[in-house]
Amino acid sequence: MRMRATFLTFCLLAAGSTAAQTPTGDQILQKVDDNFGSDNKVSQVQMVIQGRRGSRTVESRSWIIGARDHSFTEYLAPAREKGTKMLKLDDQLWTYTPSTDRIILISGHMLRQSVMGSDLSYEDSMEDKRLRNLYDAEVVGEESFLDRPCWVLELSAKVEDIAYHSRKIWVDRERAVVLKENRYAKSGKLLKTTEVQSMSRMEGRWVADRILFKDVLKHGEGTIFIIKSIQFDADIPEHIFSKASLRR
Amino acid sequence: MIRFLFKGLIRDRSRSLFPLLTVTIGVMLTVVMFSWLSGAVTNMIESSANFSAGHVKIMSLAYAEGSDQVPNDLAFIGVEGLTASIRKDYPDMLWTPRIRFGGLIDIPDENGETRSQGPVAGLAVDILSPTTPEVELLNLDTALVRGRLPEKPGEVVLSDDFARRLEVEPGEIATLISSTMGGSMATDNFVITGTIRFGISAMDRGAMLADISDIQRTLDMTDAAGEILGFSSDHLYDQDRTQAVAADFNARYSNAEDEFSPVMKSFREQGGLAQTLDMFSAVYGLMLVIFVAVMSIVLWNAGLMGSLRRYGEIGLRLAIGEDKGHVYRSMIAESLMIGTFGTLLGTAIGLAISYYIQAKGIDISSMMKNASIIIGDVMRSKVTPVSYVIGFIPGLAATFLGTAISGIGIFRRQTSQLAKELES
Repeated sequence: MRMRATFLTFCLLAAGSTAAQTPTGDQILQKVDDNFGSDNKVSQVQMVIQGRRGSRTVESRSWIIGARDHSFTEYLAPAREKGTKMLKLDDQLWTYTPSTDRIILISGHMLRQSVMGSDLSYEDSMEDKRLRNLYDAEVVGEESFLDRPCWVLELSAKVEDIAYHSRKIWVDRERAVVLKENRYAKSGKLLKTTEVQSMSRMEGRWVADRILFKDVLKHGEGTIFIIKSIQFDADIPEHIFSKASLRR
Repeated sequence: MIRFLFKGLIRDRSRSLFPLLTVTIGVMLTVVMFSWLSGAVTNMIESSANFSAGHVKIMSLAYAEGSDQVPNDLAFIGVEGLTASIRKDYPDMLWTPRIRFGGLIDIPDENGETRSQGPVAGLAVDILSPTTPEVELLNLDTALVRGRLPEKPGEVVLSDDFARRLEVEPGEIATLISSTMGGSMATDNFVITGTIRFGISAMDRGAMLADISDIQRTLDMTDAAGEILGFSSDHLYDQDRTQAVAADFNARYSNAEDEFSPVMKSFREQGGLAQTLDMFSAVYGLMLVIFVAVMSIVLWNAGLMGSLRRYGEIGLRLAIGEDKGHVYRSMIAESLMIGTFGTLLGTAIGLAISYYIQAKGIDISSMMKNASIIIGDVMRSKVTPVSYVIGFIPGLAATFLGTAISGIGIFRRQTSQLAKELES
């Protein structure tokens, strides 16, 4: 009788311990946001766009204030793209090209189109919203990716008018970095996948610095998104996010 | 005998008038419907060929797979060399490269910022060469509504409806925002020299027409084009001939192992056009079958009514010794006379109506507002040699069948009962 009581107590304690070790989906999202989120970011990135006719590399520098949904991007290479600038304020996007010397407003629906022929949309490349504010999360399992133990989460949107209604993400348990992701439309159709190819420490945080984006609706091998440098909580002058800066 | 029967028909209008009217109306409808459908098919073939498909079209294999999406990133490279070769190989064909493209047209305000904007379906063709066939193929001189056609690089025309929607006038600047062949953003300024109306709703909603060398520069498509269209030099579409040219070209130039090698598609092989053409052919046949069937039923009824009304007459003729077969044959001869006269009359009226619709046309633009097929907004009949004879099939067959079926009753009459029937 005494042995049975001991065994039951042990089982209850073990179960309680496992439950305590598994954070909730919301807690994991909070960790992801804490790791990569910041008031603003300044980054220089390369996109290696692998099309059916070969690949080409586009390089750009971006200034982003995620919370205000403000973003400014200047293309640095190749020569044809050099000097093209884009300004996104909320759901409006202005673009400037030196060849036309025009500031053109791009309609809202264009934000979900491919940027520079890559597998990323304007929203993918110019938005930096915190996942926890956009999605409810549920932990659905544990798997390994890139030899790293991951939590597998299913996210469902809690806001309207969002590019991806649901996502499935693989989050590095230790580093709180999203290593793999499937992004879905409201209908449940898979739209995009991402797979991290490498991570590095930048400014004391773990950052996925090489990610393969694949728009499953497009031909081609996908786009490799490489973060060459990133600065968190930088000192960004307010005038960057103005139409006047497009012509500068 | 025939003269006797003819006089009988003329003197007894109740035996001839209703069947004659029925045949005349039926044949008239057949001729009008046939000519109308011929016009519709011709309209569709000409519009689709001139604006989109050509009599044959050359694309890269990869582009051809998804040509509806206009994948310019998969366009054929080496247009000049290939065009020079095929001009030698097929000297009785006209060849013209084209680029279709999508994007936005943006009209600037006085500060160079967006004043108005709209999605555009662009078409780049050879407008500036002095020997270009495109002005005739696209009927550009007639299509011009305001201003003039482009005369030098950097000039474009917009569809008139689109220009009015954007509130832009000839002489103003428009910026094209599109994608280069590599997928990057492409932007370029053009001067709008005029506006056009093709008379095809699918194109008039938001079209831009530019010279191909301008668009090759803007979209970074040097010596490349999405499509090279080929037309018979007499501008007449000949299905067998175009299919033979396509087969010969593909044997010479196409390589299934190389997705960027050229492939030629004949008109029928493109974008479901074969199904559309086959559907029209099926509709012809179905229309004739249904019409013959309906006419036969109508005239069968007419024959039955006539037989009932002429019950006494037939009985008397049999009673005085006329052979049943002779009575049957004479009734069929009468029906053929009515059929012939009705057919001639119906064909004449039908041709008159068809010629009128061929000349004047009927505006169907209100029905084509959201149409995506390339077909002219003014639908015209087309009177062909077949229009003159098509009515004879239902006109004669229906009257013959109607009388032949209803006349079978003659053979069921019992000679022994005739006297009794006549008494009553």
